[in-house]
Amino acid sequence: MTTKFTPDHEYIRVEGSTGIVGITPYAQEQLGDIVFVELPAVGKALKKGDEAAVVESVKAASEIYAPVTGTVVEVNSLLTNEPGLVNTDSENAGWMFKIAITDASELDTLLDADGYAELTL
Amino acid sequence: MRYLPHSAHERADMLSVIGAADIDALFSAVPKSALKSFDLGLPAHQPEFLVEAHMRALAGKNHAAGDGPFFVGAGAYRHHVPATVDHLIQRSEWLTAYTPYQPEISQGTLQMLFEFQTQVAKITGMDVANASLYDGSTGTAEAVLMARRLTRKNKIVLSGGLHPHYRDVVKSYLKDDPDLVCLSPSPEGQGDILQQIDGNTAAIVIQTPDFYGHLRDLKSAAEAAHAQGALLIVVVTEVVSLGLLEAPGALGADIVVAEGQSIGNALNFGGPYLGLMATRKEFIRQMPGRLCGETVDADGNRGFVLTLSTREQHIRREKATSNICTNSGLCALAFSIHMGLLGEAGFVRLARLNHFNAIKLADALEGVPGVEVLNKTFFNEMTMRTPQPAASLVERLARRGILAGVPVSRLLPADRSVDNLIILAATELTTDADIAALAAALTEELA
Amino acid sequence: MSMNTQGRPTGVGTVGTGASGSALIPDEPLLFEIGDTEHSGVDLPDVTLSNDRLGGFGRKTKLDLAGLTEPEAMRHYVRLSRMNHSIDSGMYPLGSCTMKHNPRLNEKMARLPGFSDIHPLQPVSTVQGALEMMNQLSHWLLTLTNTAAVALSPKAGAHGELLGMMAIKSAQEARGQAHRNVVLVPDSAHGTNPATAAFLGYLVKSVPAREDGTVDVEAVKSALSPDVAAIMLTNPNTCGLFEPQVIEIAKAVHDAGAFFYCDGANFNAIMGVVRPGDLGIDAMHINLHKTFSTPHGGGGPGAGPVVLSEALAPFAPVPFVRKGANGLEMVEHMEGDALGRVTAFHGQMGMYVRALTYMLSHGGDGLAQAAEDAVLNANYIKARLQHIFSVPFPDYPTMHEALFDDSFLKETGVSTLDFAKALIDEGFHPMTMYFPLVVHGAMLIEPTESESKQTLDRFCDVMAELATDAIAGNKQRFTAAPTKAPRRRLDETRAARQPVLKWEKPADLPQAAE
Repeated sequence: MTTKFTPDHEYIRVEGSTGIVGITPYAQEQLGDIVFVELPAVGKALKKGDEAAVVESVKAASEIYAPVTGTVVEVNSLLTNEPGLVNTDSENAGWMFKIAITDASELDTLLDADGYAELTL
Repeated sequence: MRYLPHSAHERADMLSVIGAADIDALFSAVPKSALKSFDLGLPAHQPEFLVEAHMRALAGKNHAAGDGPFFVGAGAYRHHVPATVDHLIQRSEWLTAYTPYQPEISQGTLQMLFEFQTQVAKITGMDVANASLYDGSTGTAEAVLMARRLTRKNKIVLSGGLHPHYRDVVKSYLKDDPDLVCLSPSPEGQGDILQQIDGNTAAIVIQTPDFYGHLRDLKSAAEAAHAQGALLIVVVTEVVSLGLLEAPGALGADIVVAEGQSIGNALNFGGPYLGLMATRKEFIRQMPGRLCGETVDADGNRGFVLTLSTREQHIRREKATSNICTNSGLCALAFSIHMGLLGEAGFVRLARLNHFNAIKLADALEGVPGVEVLNKTFFNEMTMRTPQPAASLVERLARRGILAGVPVSRLLPADRSVDNLIILAATELTTDADIAALAAALTEELA
Repeated sequence: MSMNTQGRPTGVGTVGTGASGSALIPDEPLLFEIGDTEHSGVDLPDVTLSNDRLGGFGRKTKLDLAGLTEPEAMRHYVRLSRMNHSIDSGMYPLGSCTMKHNPRLNEKMARLPGFSDIHPLQPVSTVQGALEMMNQLSHWLLTLTNTAAVALSPKAGAHGELLGMMAIKSAQEARGQAHRNVVLVPDSAHGTNPATAAFLGYLVKSVPAREDGTVDVEAVKSALSPDVAAIMLTNPNTCGLFEPQVIEIAKAVHDAGAFFYCDGANFNAIMGVVRPGDLGIDAMHINLHKTFSTPHGGGGPGAGPVVLSEALAPFAPVPFVRKGANGLEMVEHMEGDALGRVTAFHGQMGMYVRALTYMLSHGGDGLAQAAEDAVLNANYIKARLQHIFSVPFPDYPTMHEALFDDSFLKETGVSTLDFAKALIDEGFHPMTMYFPLVVHGAMLIEPTESESKQTLDRFCDVMAELATDAIAGNKQRFTAAPTKAPRRRLDETRAARQPVLKWEKPADLPQAAE
């Protein structure tokens, strides 16, 4: 199991051919209290870089982009009623959607944990 | 100049603090060719009494509604506004306050908006209402766009009974859109909107009482729309009708848009007015306009804030639900105070009195030889057919001091079939003497 | 209760019983908690309908509307009003909002029955004075801007902006240039500009600002292409600066076949001093509620007439007033290329009366003096505070707004928001914060011409004292602020996560899950 990161502060945790996508603890802290998460429709085909979801804090709305090309296979519907999970546990209970990865080689273009850590120094 | 606090001395002192030689030095970024390179030729400043005299002379050239018998409606209605309302809205703290973005020092405006939203939700029978829009016509266009966002479908069908100005505003907002269907005007209350609903339909838009005064069947419209996954947008231009007519929300409406002018706001020659919008709870994130919500402050005390503002243009920029930046705060305040004074008892009595006077008006018009009232149903407004072209007839009645209503041709000049139709409204202000004067004058003009 | 980084409570607190308030800072229950369905403050005859004409559509559900008698209503709304800050009670240093004095003569004139009690659809022959009034207002707006036509009807600035851009779209289509689908917007622009362009289906292309806060004509030239329909530029811009290359920018835009939309939000700085038409603009909305003193009313109503150049005049929307054989006529239906209608009726008449009253009071000379005083006041604040507050764009004199950034707060643990909230405890409304977006921790201060030197001095003294205190490490004063307002900071997270948007009877509320 590997976890990769985008410069936009998203993570993708790869489990087999599926990736679990969410935002990093650093991102949630920057955004402040998340009040709403707009999730993609299951079955939606996304190209790398497409807008996949939107997280809203009180004063800002931020797009979440697909870190890789693929199809949305599952969304975290708990976030609909408990968007605060993104703040309290962004890496586990606060995940946003699962994507069936079309081309695993795209993962190589993303940052690894060290590379991402450097970015947020 | 009475509005400018500085003396010449103070201006000079301030310039020296700034370190500028003269005022023009502060405009140094302006290209020389454009700075004070002209003579405006406008009059110089004037004392208050001369300005007042000027404005009074202009106002004096108009025939005010209160000057004689008055039956003009068609989307704007003359009702009594209690003296308390106008007194209160001129209080400094209401009149000269800014948009309540700093909630700690705006609780008055915010609590009022929360009360206003509650009142609008109650009269429309909907779950939630926003803190107001510009007016009913722009609100209708916004509702149409909202329905498209909600359904992700495109076709919009406007009933033939929708106010022609409202139709035109929707047409401007959806310029040249092939999925916008505008049904022909329906002065007899006819309608074939249900047959227009198909799988691509985002919403049908029905006004009731409609432009011609007919009451429309919302329940079957809602059922037909919902069967195809479309929404029912209900437009109400006379909100007083909601005191007597079933709430659109109880009949299946998905979005209700209304012109709120009738409560608390004067005719004002067409503006400022007040758009009301209410919808179902699950649709709030696609609703345009400001919303006020309840919360607590750092001490745990109840307070109110503008909320869900991430839908708005100042945050979402090109992804906002609408470009609207302003609501009709002071008109909403006037509405809310008037509605608070009425309460359920007063609102229902007011609506009943309007209908009562309208029945008298309809009966009197039916008694004029040659006149036919087209409405089987109405609230406080109706359409009559006269044997003569309506525009000149209305003009002749105006010369007799009677403002007899709106010739439909004024709004639909290209449609010859409406040439002889006049829309007339009665309100609580309409007296038996007014109605008798109109009937007598009409009889003479048509003789 | 814990606080988040913005000093707001987080987590779900319990609703207190409500501060009891005092005689001077009231605490007021909701209308629905005071009134009930039987009380009413309006006397109306109670008629019986023997034979209604409602066709079976009569109401069966209850309205459940609370009513108040007149004394109860008076007290409710007076008490509520006292929880508001207002121009009449104190300064609003709000950048880009132009919170100037609202003369009461305007209010008196708007209430003359000849203006307030006339119907938009009564015969035109009976409202000649109203049309003349609209004509006079148009004359003033056209003269002050040196433009060819004006559309009065837009309901507010953003609405006028929409209309102006619609006119540009129509004009491009009429020229056979419908393929132009890009609108240039400087990144310092107000959020309505990109929202409006996107609303009309345009792609928004950002033009970066120069380091000195202004737009570079070369950057505009390189962004221009055969796909560009228009540029939307605010001038004076959102950083409070006059765009020094505006004439060159207009020429480059026109040479490329595009139009120049000018956001007129900041017209107050230049009215009577600079005519936007001389700069080459094609369309500009004018916020009557900013520049021409119509009241903000707690968030509207506004009015946003749009002036148009010769090129765009044929695309003006209906309605408009023109001279005809029998006096003034109201043109209410489209002719030729005209746009149609953006609102029912004729726009914000009540606001027109107020604006014209204000213009006549000031006169041409007074309007120019007002603009100069507005600029003088902003520069005075800048001069008095620039030794403490850093000025991000020092190269030009500022226009009617002084822009600072929050670098003086570095290391203090006090945020810009905290600092602004502390102003409340000193009797001032906070300044505009975090806008324009191009400046980190922006604080935009617009005093307007209405503030006296004494008020400006006191404001500057307070700002300087607060800054000194923040730098000295007195963080608590700021993070706890405000403490002297009717409410302390409000939990906006709670409001947004579990929206409560209307009052419900306690008995009707579902049992709380906690």
